Amino acid sequence: MASMRDIKRRRASIQSTEQITKAMKLVSTVKLQKSKSKAEESADYFNLMYDTICSILRRSGNIEHKYLTAGASGKKAVIAVTSNRGLAGGYNNNIIRLIAGSDALPPKDTYVYAIGKKGRDGLARKGYEIREDHSEVINEPMYQDAADITAELLDAFTKGEVGEIYLAYTFFKNTVTHIPKLIKLLPVEADLSEGGSDDAGLLMNYEPNEDEVLNAIVPKYMSSLIYGGLLEAVASENGARMTAMDSATNNAEEMIEKLSLQFNRARQGAITQELTEIIAGANAIG
Amino acid sequence: MADLFRLQVITPDRKFYQGDVQMVELTTTEGQVGIYARHIPLTAVVAPGMLKIHEDGQVKEAALMAGFIQVMPDAVTIMAEVVEWPEEIDEERAKEAKIRAERRLQAGGAELDVGRAELALKRALVRLEARH
Repeated sequence: MASMRDIKRRRASIQSTEQITKAMKLVSTVKLQKSKSKAEESADYFNLMYDTICSILRRSGNIEHKYLTAGASGKKAVIAVTSNRGLAGGYNNNIIRLIAGSDALPPKDTYVYAIGKKGRDGLARKGYEIREDHSEVINEPMYQDAADITAELLDAFTKGEVGEIYLAYTFFKNTVTHIPKLIKLLPVEADLSEGGSDDAGLLMNYEPNEDEVLNAIVPKYMSSLIYGGLLEAVASENGARMTAMDSATNNAEEMIEKLSLQFNRARQGAITQELTEIIAGANAIG
Repeated sequence: MADLFRLQVITPDRKFYQGDVQMVELTTTEGQVGIYARHIPLTAVVAPGMLKIHEDGQVKEAALMAGFIQVMPDAVTIMAEVVEWPEEIDEERAKEAKIRAERRLQAGGAELDVGRAELALKRALVRLEARH
């Protein structure tokens, strides 16, 4: 049996770990509340933007536009949204696995635009080329950041360096469910199947013309998708960390309980042994 | 008494405005427009300018910088990237931005992006106009 001192030391170390995980859980709970309400507020814009793009494309099905057809280049770009810090359970690994496991994104034909150090490092290890690193953005996402990244990607798309653009982020369904998602940003692929709604027959006017309007709207569409993705990802990250830290705290408690029991047993054993020795000694003298 | 229609102004961070209005005035890339109820369906790109919301009896003003507008038979939606109420505008900052933009335009030079500088100047002017 381990000595009393060993058990005591081990228990103390687990106790301090528990304190850390407990504090981290509290911190991420607060952050989760904040990021959740932020993500929810922006969801309106996000959804409306998607609806608008869909309805434009639905009503002008035969439109020819550079943003609606894949570029000639076989290269693809993927924006990988992960976190800068670990200890969030499978959060970062899920995104890395999603990208690495997808048939559309083989390492040799894919440029990674990383947002989040963990994803950047993980994907680099898997042989992906990291084109740009915007990891600082995930700490405090602003709409302007999304717009800047969009401009950079559209530039590469227009120059023909990349033919398709994807976004990988974690969708925040609720506090415990987070779903890693891979969506195609360009060429724009709207869900046309939901046509036949009441406004389908409506004739939309574009000022100055369809081409110009799409030129202006597609970048905004992309920025809003990226921005929404960033906010969802931040909420998911905090949710994932909260869950991970909660189970870590529970595990620590369980271990402390077990060790306390062992310690008490060892102490009792030591006392019993001492008594036996004293009595035996007394008997020998007497 | 003109008919009312539903107007929504949304930004990525918040619902900026929502309500039934008589008319809304704004600037698009093609010029200034005023939209009443039963306007034809229209999608247009917003240029920096004043946004004037004519509610029943009163007019609300805001500085609208970028985004686009979608006019449907039953509702008008402005997807604004940047829009500010007058009280949210930092006047000093807008003044500084105006001076900077003017200097850049005056200095000229080969690497000057005239379109961008003019847009910056326009934004500053709109902010100052909204403030007063």
